[in-house]
Amino acid sequence: MSAGSRTNNNLSNAEWRPGADLQVQRARAAMLAEIRQHFAAAGVLEVETPLACSTAGTDPALQPLIARYRGPVFPKGANLYLQTSPEFAMKRLLAAGSGPIYQICKAFRNGEAGRLHNPEFSILEWYRPGYDDHQLMEEVAQLVRLALGEPAMPVERRSYAELFRSGLGLDVFDTSAQRLQQLAMRHNILGAEGMELDRDGWLDLLLSYFIQPRLGEDGLCFVTDYPASQAALARLSADGRTAARFELFHRGVELANGFHELIDPDEQAARFEADNCQRRARRLPPIRVDRRLLGAMQHGIPDCAGAAVGLDRLLMLRLGIDDIDGALSFSLQRC
Amino acid sequence: MATYSTNEFRGGLKLLLDGDPCTIIENEFVKPGKGQAFNRVRIRNLKTGRVLEKTFRSGETVEAADVVDRDLQYLYNDGEFWHFMDNGSFEQYQADANAVGDAVKWIKDQDLCMVTLWNGSPIAVEAPNFVVLEITETDPGLKGDTSGGGGKPATLETGAVVRVPLFIQTGEKIKVDTRTGAYVSRVKDE
Repeated sequence: MSAGSRTNNNLSNAEWRPGADLQVQRARAAMLAEIRQHFAAAGVLEVETPLACSTAGTDPALQPLIARYRGPVFPKGANLYLQTSPEFAMKRLLAAGSGPIYQICKAFRNGEAGRLHNPEFSILEWYRPGYDDHQLMEEVAQLVRLALGEPAMPVERRSYAELFRSGLGLDVFDTSAQRLQQLAMRHNILGAEGMELDRDGWLDLLLSYFIQPRLGEDGLCFVTDYPASQAALARLSADGRTAARFELFHRGVELANGFHELIDPDEQAARFEADNCQRRARRLPPIRVDRRLLGAMQHGIPDCAGAAVGLDRLLMLRLGIDDIDGALSFSLQRC
Repeated sequence: MATYSTNEFRGGLKLLLDGDPCTIIENEFVKPGKGQAFNRVRIRNLKTGRVLEKTFRSGETVEAADVVDRDLQYLYNDGEFWHFMDNGSFEQYQADANAVGDAVKWIKDQDLCMVTLWNGSPIAVEAPNFVVLEITETDPGLKGDTSGGGGKPATLETGAVVRVPLFIQTGEKIKVDTRTGAYVSRVKDE
């Protein structure tokens, strides 16, 4: 009798198989090879930065997973934050004179699991010194069409404000949270009546219901010029109303996010502070400001644009997979 | 008061919404990369049967509904209520016409039904998937027909009317799938 057949029934029936079958694994490997070829041909350097760092991004919408380290350097123990994206470390490389760089790595977001979310996921992130957001969109489109295997796929760009104006007849710069809530209720979003959200939260809700599902129906759709309140790490326009931030959608799925990067250390410090204020207001733990990033900015980060693409979702769209579980070897339920 | 956070949402979870017990059919986590997370949930109201979609801010908590499904034996109908018994505890329950719903067409005494109890009272009754019932009335079929091709209506002892093959006669017992109301087979008495 083999050892295997003696194990108890529960164990041998345990869910051990991968969610992604061999064909999906091969498609992932091919997609990664294509991406690496693209960047090698373009002279963009592949880099690695730590996934577990002593600090993390402050974005109130992103919660890091925290690991505990104890040993040399931190004899009393320290929290290591699994990065929500490799952005800060890559910007420090840029400040150190790396030139154009890219990275394919894992990113971690606590609390995010669903049909399109897994708390650990694969990200492609890259930075182009000398580019602005619109120049970088060209490369994002080229790369995503390559990865989807549809080099001729049509691409459109639509501003955030224009989408809300044409889709819902509202001015995103001049509509109060209360009016947005009324609009959500008038459009029969059940649950909106009792929800407490800020202006951007209501815009997120309306976007997810009425605008996003139709974005990039038969192509790629860039949403550009986000309101300044959703700038994240993008620089603001001259009038301060919009941010040089874009997102890419295909068949209603959010695939990429990019910025003409904020490089001013004072403005960055102010945003860290504002983020932590919001975190406290939402009873989320504040996150220690990344002094090393601010140091790099003081030294000088080149004028650049950067983007991040969700590779698992890209693979899903390439293969027509409906649930991220089918694109990952072992998603949260299996790992 | 028991509550559930949106993180606990999954199919089958019972919630109390606007005072009514509901069950989750489907739960979808919706979140923009840099924005507010929501749970978009399809819900069935267990009292009215109505299905609706409701959105919650992720992290919210919702009151739980004390709803359980029990296998109970149907005893009798007193003209107003249908009476059921738990064969383990011998506890009895009475269900009104609203709760019994469509099951009234299929159940007869002794049948084991799945009864949904809310705060200890029946709000829904599900007939067994298959029941055996006697035909009280049907037109005499054509002689020699055994294929059951065309079929004819037959009234059952519970009052329900189903289509049966032409060879089935009054007084015979048949097996019916209560989920579709379709005839399955003739049942010979032992």
